[in-house]
Amino acid sequence: MNRMSAAPAAIAQSSPQELALSGAWTARGIGAIASQLDALTAPAGQELVVDGARIEALDTAGAWVLQKLVHRLSGEGKTVRLRDLRPEFTRLLEAIEQQMADQEPPLASSSIAPASALERLGRNVVASLEQGFALLSFVGECALALGGCLAHPARFRWRPILYNIRSAGFDALPIVGLLSFLLGVVVAYQGANQLRQYGANIFVADLVGLSMLREFAPLITAIIVAGRSGSAYAAQIGTMAVTEEIDAMRTLGIAPLDLLVLPKVLALLVALPLLTVFADVLGVFGGMLMARAQLGVGFADFLDRFVKAVSVTAYLIGVGKAPVFAAIIAVVGCFQGFRTHGGADSVGRQTTRAVVQSIFLVIVADALFSVAFSALDL
Amino acid sequence: MPDPTPSDEAVIEISKLSTSFGDHVVHSGIDLEVRRGEIFALIGGSGSGKSTLLREMILLHRPDAGSIRVLGVDLQALDGGDANGETLALRQRWGVMFQHGGLFGSLTVQENVGLPLREHTGLDDALIDEIAASKLAMTGLEPKVGAQYPSELSGGMLKRASLARALALDPELVFLDEPTAGLDPESAGEVDQLVRKLRDLFGLTIVMITHDLDLLWQLADRVAVLAEGTVQGIGSMSELAQMDNPAIRKFFDGPRGRAAHEQDRQQADVHTSGETG
Repeated sequence: MNRMSAAPAAIAQSSPQELALSGAWTARGIGAIASQLDALTAPAGQELVVDGARIEALDTAGAWVLQKLVHRLSGEGKTVRLRDLRPEFTRLLEAIEQQMADQEPPLASSSIAPASALERLGRNVVASLEQGFALLSFVGECALALGGCLAHPARFRWRPILYNIRSAGFDALPIVGLLSFLLGVVVAYQGANQLRQYGANIFVADLVGLSMLREFAPLITAIIVAGRSGSAYAAQIGTMAVTEEIDAMRTLGIAPLDLLVLPKVLALLVALPLLTVFADVLGVFGGMLMARAQLGVGFADFLDRFVKAVSVTAYLIGVGKAPVFAAIIAVVGCFQGFRTHGGADSVGRQTTRAVVQSIFLVIVADALFSVAFSALDL
Repeated sequence: MPDPTPSDEAVIEISKLSTSFGDHVVHSGIDLEVRRGEIFALIGGSGSGKSTLLREMILLHRPDAGSIRVLGVDLQALDGGDANGETLALRQRWGVMFQHGGLFGSLTVQENVGLPLREHTGLDDALIDEIAASKLAMTGLEPKVGAQYPSELSGGMLKRASLARALALDPELVFLDEPTAGLDPESAGEVDQLVRKLRDLFGLTIVMITHDLDLLWQLADRVAVLAEGTVQGIGSMSELAQMDNPAIRKFFDGPRGRAAHEQDRQQADVHTSGETG
């Protein structure tokens, strides 16, 4: 039998008491007549004869709609007789009829009513609070694990730490370098016009030096690393949770925190400050090139002014923020990974959350640093 | 169409098939034929290339040489595009039940089963939901399972739901990858009956990979034994049990093999005495 070539299902009511069916009553063939079937009626009190001799193909979908029609008409008090069906079609119809009798009404796909705005707000608030507390307790667990490792240094896993320093730090050098270089160029370029108006060309060194070292370099590095490594942490741990690898690790007596989380946190604590220093250098270099091109400030003059304008404090403030950002990125990434439940879908969702939350928290932390430093007059 | 006794028409014809991954030769000249309406089983040790052969039959992997014809179409001649007309038409004529279900985690079970209907037919949503529910019922799942997500199901339920999805478009040919692996004996027995019921009702041709000796004895019409890159023997289980090839003997001479054989013989005795009496 070849279902591909058959004509689509058709139904003809030659007289009120007679229906003639033809064509392929298959999932692909019955699309056009579904509405026609619902509109069919038959006179009450008389027998309705359904002629199935010209049905070329019948599958479960076809049998289902046909049986539904018979069911509906019988329910309205009419007698329905099927005639001239091929024996195999009759068997299928009987099987479907049996099943229809046993089956409860199907669940509609969208049976859940959409929540009201207030309900959604409430749910979101509760979910955020719950997540906040969970994050707090995860930080606590990490601190305990770290404490345990410090008490027994043999528990530190050096190999994953070194591996993570390479993948999150060394491998990120090109992208961090390029972006901070461009950032230095942009800052110098934007400042150049204003400074030229006042004839204060040399102060470009102050502008580039302070803004890059204090703010831009740590921030851009943290954002790149959150996108590069924070997402990778969440996806890796999330996939391991889905494939029961985390459970396996627990049953083998290996603490997932020791093996998966601490190496990442420690590696990032080392790598991010180093990346920030690299970003400082490239950013200032970008500003220096721009200062010479736009303002005619030579490298020697620039560096001369740079040393006077930028204190060691400014440099340390910038680099000192990096470990805090590193801890935020690594902990949030791992935390969201561990919260993965279910399947592939959930891995994607948690990875997105990891990146969004870590960048958000990094910027919030940076703002808090600014407030604290201005209170301390640094 | 629904004719429970196998006919001579070949649904799958494989000849001189070779596959290798790098230096590792998986198949070196496989020839076999699956006939319409039969339950055909592929067996073989780990790494004997059963799964690769299955993947080649369902267009997920291309062999290096040889030809495969499925449902009269030469797979080598297809251009392999996923949404290509001829390939798509062919794919809709078979259903595949994957070993681990392969159900989409973001959809409910009922949406999973209704997905092929939604994608490939013009039926309205209410009717698709009804048909999906009927497929679920056909595979022995309760209606409330339809609203659950695959991650909430047990192993046996996943297999049934996966089978229901494979049957969504009423295929002529169904591939089952380890239909009873990881199931308790009772569920495995139910799968056995379910497959037989579906074959009898729809005249399906069924190709399965399995290690389940009970399933092989009770269900398979013909069995092909794969080893060392070729088909070592092909026939019904009782025919294979007579062969001397060591690759085949392995399946019958272990304690498990003998137990399954014994059980089958007893059941056959019960059947024949019941019929004559």
